[in-house]
Amino acid sequence: MNTNTVLPLFIAIPLGTAFLIVLLGRFREQLADLFGLTATALLTVFSLYRLGLLPQVYYMGNWPPPFGINLVSDPLSTLLLIIINGVSLLVCIYSVTYMTGYTDKPKYYSLLMLMIAGMNGVVLTGDMFNMYVFLEIGAISSYALVAFGTEDEELEASFKYLVLGSVASSFILFGIALMYSTTGTLNLADISRTTSERGLNSVMVFATGLFIGGFGLKAAMVPFHAWLPDAHPSAPAPISAMLSGVLIKALGVYALVRLFYNVIGMNSMYSGILMVLGLLSMVVGVILAVGQWDFKRLLAYHSISQMGYVVLGVGIGSPLAIAGALFHLLNHSMFKSLLFLCSGAVEYSTGTRQLKKLGGLWYKMPVTGSTCSVASLSISGVPPFNGFFSKLLIILGAVQAADRFGLWAYVIAAITVLVSFLTLVSFVKVQRYVLFGGLSEKLQKIREVPAAMCLALVVFAILCVGLGVFCPFVLNWLIYPARDVVLDKAGYISLVLVR
Amino acid sequence: MGLYILCSIIFLLGVYAVTAKKNLVKIVIGLSILEYAANLLLILIGYRTNGEAPIITPASQETARFVDPIPQALIVTSIVIGLGVTAMVIALCIRLYEKYGTFDVLVIKRLRG
Repeated sequence: MNTNTVLPLFIAIPLGTAFLIVLLGRFREQLADLFGLTATALLTVFSLYRLGLLPQVYYMGNWPPPFGINLVSDPLSTLLLIIINGVSLLVCIYSVTYMTGYTDKPKYYSLLMLMIAGMNGVVLTGDMFNMYVFLEIGAISSYALVAFGTEDEELEASFKYLVLGSVASSFILFGIALMYSTTGTLNLADISRTTSERGLNSVMVFATGLFIGGFGLKAAMVPFHAWLPDAHPSAPAPISAMLSGVLIKALGVYALVRLFYNVIGMNSMYSGILMVLGLLSMVVGVILAVGQWDFKRLLAYHSISQMGYVVLGVGIGSPLAIAGALFHLLNHSMFKSLLFLCSGAVEYSTGTRQLKKLGGLWYKMPVTGSTCSVASLSISGVPPFNGFFSKLLIILGAVQAADRFGLWAYVIAAITVLVSFLTLVSFVKVQRYVLFGGLSEKLQKIREVPAAMCLALVVFAILCVGLGVFCPFVLNWLIYPARDVVLDKAGYISLVLVR
Repeated sequence: MGLYILCSIIFLLGVYAVTAKKNLVKIVIGLSILEYAANLLLILIGYRTNGEAPIITPASQETARFVDPIPQALIVTSIVIGLGVTAMVIALCIRLYEKYGTFDVLVIKRLRG
């Protein structure tokens, strides 16, 4: 079998499974579990299999590049594919027991599969309009998943998310139309070639502004963040993990990185905009997070703050900072998914997620307690864990950029360290109120969550430690190749356009 | 140039409807206007004055007068996506109305944002 033909399977498998689950899941609910687990396991194997391979392009219907749609798999896509499919496998394992609390599990799995199909499509496609279509597939299924509990607050959060998400999508579509009107092509590599030959005209600059607004809203950067703290906590815990861990990265940050580095071309203006957005998100997100008393809401604000780190690293644009940003993307998907799954486990056992009503869970729920500690230490950037190394790379990247930004580089580095400290403060609060302290009367009878949920938590915790301890290997195999793709605009053009 | 200005005005009208209106249904209409502005821009980009259908026959070999077919294919897709979003948002509106008994966003604010 030609390894090339695996690429469409990343979209075909989850799409096909989504419809199979709806058809067959009504007979036996276990079939939905089985299909979900099999599909995500297969996808994880395929994405890990892509790891050592050379970049490949699949031409849909064998149309030559500027005309047809093509799927591109280079190390950057592979990194995102591993994140998406790996996290979704663990989330499916977790859902097997967690989602029994909700009615209609088959519909849940079906929507989850559609979301995975959309995200895989976004990271693989080499066509601008195709990217928009996949983005909408992922986004619409996530609107439905946020409302899955169909209580007052879930519906309200979903409506808010849907309105802002649709506005963002309209911005992106408007930008695509403008881009098409000036370049006459939709193929990303072809647009990239046109812009590097002719430079950016004013229509193109306007279109990039729309893209910053649209994808910035999808990535929940600070002026556009209002939907995230409502939408992410309202979803069921596994979906919160998918939304915070994967969706905002695949739909928002990945698209921004791909467009600005490989298609439009980075310049000092865009770099400045991204840095300001990143810094704002970091600072505002963490300040809002410190005051929260709802476990999941606190985590949601931290997502804004941590994505700020990634966008800051991307904005700085030196090789070291981009490597740090991409590494932080991987690490954030691990520890933030783990934290949301922990909050789900706490809610599953105790029935509440208000920090003040919890306490002393360490003694009753050892697995959840210890994995939650690992994740908290990772997100705060304590040395042996993965969060430390990616933050360190971003800070070093900022300091290294002193020749371009002068004194501002040190200010940025100082803010980064400060935000990291505030993150630690707010997670010390989580530890104090959830895990330690006295066990209240009501919580005397709680028990550890079932084995499947524990398994997912433990695997995530091992990954958090492993990515930190084996940091040099991870950097060499995953991150540096992806970074080289980001910085090599000409390489992307020649990969797609030369047959 | 005119088409950009026209579509931008319609687009901004949509943004105004989404941000300023207090009724859920009016917000939904605003979302549709946003969609249509983008679709209109796409279709106008492909428009040629006195153009013909882009089918090569022995009679019409002059391709310069052909209407661009790609935007037409694109808006068919984007109309379908718009339909999906509208169906989803209307379903949410109905459920919200069942829960709160109103379409007023000032009443529906249990979340602190």
